[in-house]
Amino acid sequence: MKERLVQLEVLRYNPDTDTEAHFQRYEVMCQEEWVVLDALNKIKADIDPTLNYRWSCHMAVCGSCGMMINGEPKLSCHAFLRAYEGVIRVEPLAHFPVERDLVTAPDDFMEKLKRVKPYIIPKEKKPISEGEYKQTPAQLMKFRQYSMCINCMLCYAACPEYGLTPDFIGPAALTLAHRYNQDSRDGGRKERQEVVATHEGVWECTFVGACSEVCPAHVDPASALQQMKITSSIDWIVEHLIPGGKS
Amino acid sequence: METITTDVAIIGAGGAGLRAAIALAETDPTLRIALISKVYPMRSHTCAAEGGAAGVIKPDDSFDMHFDDTVGGGDWLSDQDCVEYFIHEAPKELLQLEHWGCPWNREADGSVAVRPFGGMKKKRTWFAADKSGFHILHTLFQTSLQFPSITRYDEYYALDLLVDDGRCQGVTAMEMRSGELRQIHAKAVIVAGGGAGRMFPFSTNGAIKTGDGMAMAYRAGAPLKDMEFVQYHPTGLPNTGSLLTEACRGEGGILVNKHGRRYLADYGMGPETPVGQPQLKTMELGPRDRVSQAYWHELQKGNTVTTQWGECVLLDMRHLGEKKINERLPLVRELAEAYLGVDIVKDAVPIRPVVHYMMGGISTNTAAATPLPGLFAAGECACVSLNGANRLGSNSLVELLVFGRRAALSAIEHIQGLPAGNAVALNAQAEKTQQRIGDLLSRTDGTESMSGLRKEMMDTMEKNVGIYRTEEGLQEGVSKIHELRQRYQRVILTDKSSVFNTDLFQVLELGSMLDCAEAVTVGALARKESRGAHQRLDYVERDDKNFLCHTMVHHQGLDVPRVDYLDVVITKSPPGVRDYSGDHK
Amino acid sequence: MSRNPLIREVPPTSWYFRHPRYLRYMSREITSIFIGAYCVLLVVGLQRLSAGPAAWEGFLAALKSPASVVFQFLCLVAAVYHAATWFNATQKAMPIQIGEDFVPGNLISGAHYAAWAVLSVVVLFVAGVF
Repeated sequence: MKERLVQLEVLRYNPDTDTEAHFQRYEVMCQEEWVVLDALNKIKADIDPTLNYRWSCHMAVCGSCGMMINGEPKLSCHAFLRAYEGVIRVEPLAHFPVERDLVTAPDDFMEKLKRVKPYIIPKEKKPISEGEYKQTPAQLMKFRQYSMCINCMLCYAACPEYGLTPDFIGPAALTLAHRYNQDSRDGGRKERQEVVATHEGVWECTFVGACSEVCPAHVDPASALQQMKITSSIDWIVEHLIPGGKS
Repeated sequence: METITTDVAIIGAGGAGLRAAIALAETDPTLRIALISKVYPMRSHTCAAEGGAAGVIKPDDSFDMHFDDTVGGGDWLSDQDCVEYFIHEAPKELLQLEHWGCPWNREADGSVAVRPFGGMKKKRTWFAADKSGFHILHTLFQTSLQFPSITRYDEYYALDLLVDDGRCQGVTAMEMRSGELRQIHAKAVIVAGGGAGRMFPFSTNGAIKTGDGMAMAYRAGAPLKDMEFVQYHPTGLPNTGSLLTEACRGEGGILVNKHGRRYLADYGMGPETPVGQPQLKTMELGPRDRVSQAYWHELQKGNTVTTQWGECVLLDMRHLGEKKINERLPLVRELAEAYLGVDIVKDAVPIRPVVHYMMGGISTNTAAATPLPGLFAAGECACVSLNGANRLGSNSLVELLVFGRRAALSAIEHIQGLPAGNAVALNAQAEKTQQRIGDLLSRTDGTESMSGLRKEMMDTMEKNVGIYRTEEGLQEGVSKIHELRQRYQRVILTDKSSVFNTDLFQVLELGSMLDCAEAVTVGALARKESRGAHQRLDYVERDDKNFLCHTMVHHQGLDVPRVDYLDVVITKSPPGVRDYSGDHK
Repeated sequence: MSRNPLIREVPPTSWYFRHPRYLRYMSREITSIFIGAYCVLLVVGLQRLSAGPAAWEGFLAALKSPASVVFQFLCLVAAVYHAATWFNATQKAMPIQIGEDFVPGNLISGAHYAAWAVLSVVVLFVAGVF
């Protein structure tokens, strides 16, 4: 198997000893087909056990290992070394506080996720004994794409709106609201609108589209947010401009 | 050290932990629930399960058939009262998930769709494309967000169980981002910490699957059961070990050797079935232990394909066509393309068996209770004896749900009228943990490198405790792992920092894995028969006279653990022949 | 010692130099300045028209000055670019599902381009170009 000497420049920050972050250069022999995460793992095992980052599944589904790789938000388990030449610069996910090295604090995202009520608020409740809610394949396809979000937060790191206006609820959380709104079993859209159709909600989005470009799960949050803007606008028109339309 | 007082503490926030938390919150909204995990819930390894979850729902299926498949698949090492409970609860739990929004695939009429799976007589695997575990995990996590009584302790590394007055009353944990210790006092503790597949070098398991929950319970006095039964999944990517779901074969994919022969026909799973028309419970839909063992025999015969990633066989799905592959197996296509550069629509993909799942774990009964009062366990970390000697694909996702919920109900029952714990005694125990971690952090005389010990452990497990085992190899495995446990006492901790010190957590995880690895090797050496996933070249037959029983391994500090046995519960299915020759003959 | 999370601030005025996609976004947003300016020009034209034939003739003459031609050309380029980004965005904002499948995105955007072309021809026809 072909090997290659890879140089990585990794952002280091240890609150115990550092007042600011600095870059550290590592050289490590890697196999051609490896991903950036493999290189980091080799560094940690053989060169520097004090390097810190999160990872688990190594198959782009657990969403742990998001980082900035040459300025682009990426899952490091899905960032192939073959795509890079020269020194690879590895930094923690942008727009999140850095706890240490490549480890960021996702608290803000977790809080926002909860705010959009990402669970079924049933249209009509029925007991388990009555079986499943019928849902045709077409009804499933209507929301399935938006249920694929792995919560890796790459979209938050890519979104300049979130970087500049941290109150923005952001792509992944809003997309999840859309996912439940689109589900034939759900009747909770009105409740979610209180969070979604606000200045901090979809109206903070200026459609940069970066979220969809970096999404490793092909969710297309930009699409979800634009659709929600349209439906929210329709809500407004019905409520304010059509006599008797007030809901 | 800060003390947190709660009613029920759950360690692990994957499928089983979340299901338990929701069951607790729904059953009694006044209960305080502490959900502790070393990762954020959606990072838990449940997310990597692909194929689906088995539950009887279609009119042509029956509970009896699910029972027979599970018991036979487990080579009669399953406790049949447990299987009975499980099969009846399974459809209810899967329907509950449907009500919570899980995007199950559907039939044209809107009812839930099912797909065929290995070792199952009927199609009964509910699925959400090939991301079933992912959707189950996220559905549970998102559903859990509506319960204010669930307090999450994300990225808290659980260290030791607190046991006083003969019952488990809490746990110590480290907040990973600050390095601060907490003692969590609880009336009951549910361990849902997942498996320990990372003790092997080539595994489908994520980095977090280090057996911390198993080891914690084991150290606290709960025995580990049937640990020698380690499941190899037949179809892993040869370089990364990533799982290609059994649904590949369920949907009609075939396995061929370098001569293009569907070699499973030569290992009691034939005769061949027509390509693209998979028949249940035969050929490619045989059980995982048999299919993985067939690979080993092909390897011995020189029938495997030599690739740059080692010896492989080929999984051919080309005849399924692009549309079906995209609809049913999109993740598989992506994984093979990204990590191996193979498009499964156009080429057969090289694969080989890979460590996937531990049938063994913390000994529990059908009520998800361990022998230690106040301690409950569910999911892969537990051995409730549903899976016996070989788990059938798509039973484990349901196991998380059924026994996660059951653990919650048992915990509620346990805490009724329970007197308050002795805070002084618990605090004294917690201080012992603090001492242990403090010693580790302040030690300067370490001589053993963590990554070196870890590599030796993995190599030992692969060499001596693989698909086929021998007395000699297992002897070597037992003594080597025992030696590594002694050397681990002198492990070097390089990083002494307080904040998110992954060097520290890797050292602690290695300790957990070594404890579990010793239970695996000791159990395997003592079991002088071949059953399910435990195959011995020197004892090739199943021995129901001596070994129709569960291996119970008891922790003995740094000494070799003690082994004794517990009878298997047989209610209606006496041990018989596992027949995967198909009903077409 | 303990936590002291590091906040890496986003530079409020130069962030869009960080990545080509942000530059593309800013260039799209900047086109709206030209479109806005051209709207102002049209309003001025209306005002001139209401002020009598002489004012109108003066306005038309001013439009033909080289500087004005350059300005109008820039506005045209900006408007075309803005329209293209808008049409390309329609497939995201208005996905159309038929049965289980979604109509391919380029068909939705393509329909917008086609409608644009037809309308342009109509406008040119009304303006007497043909």
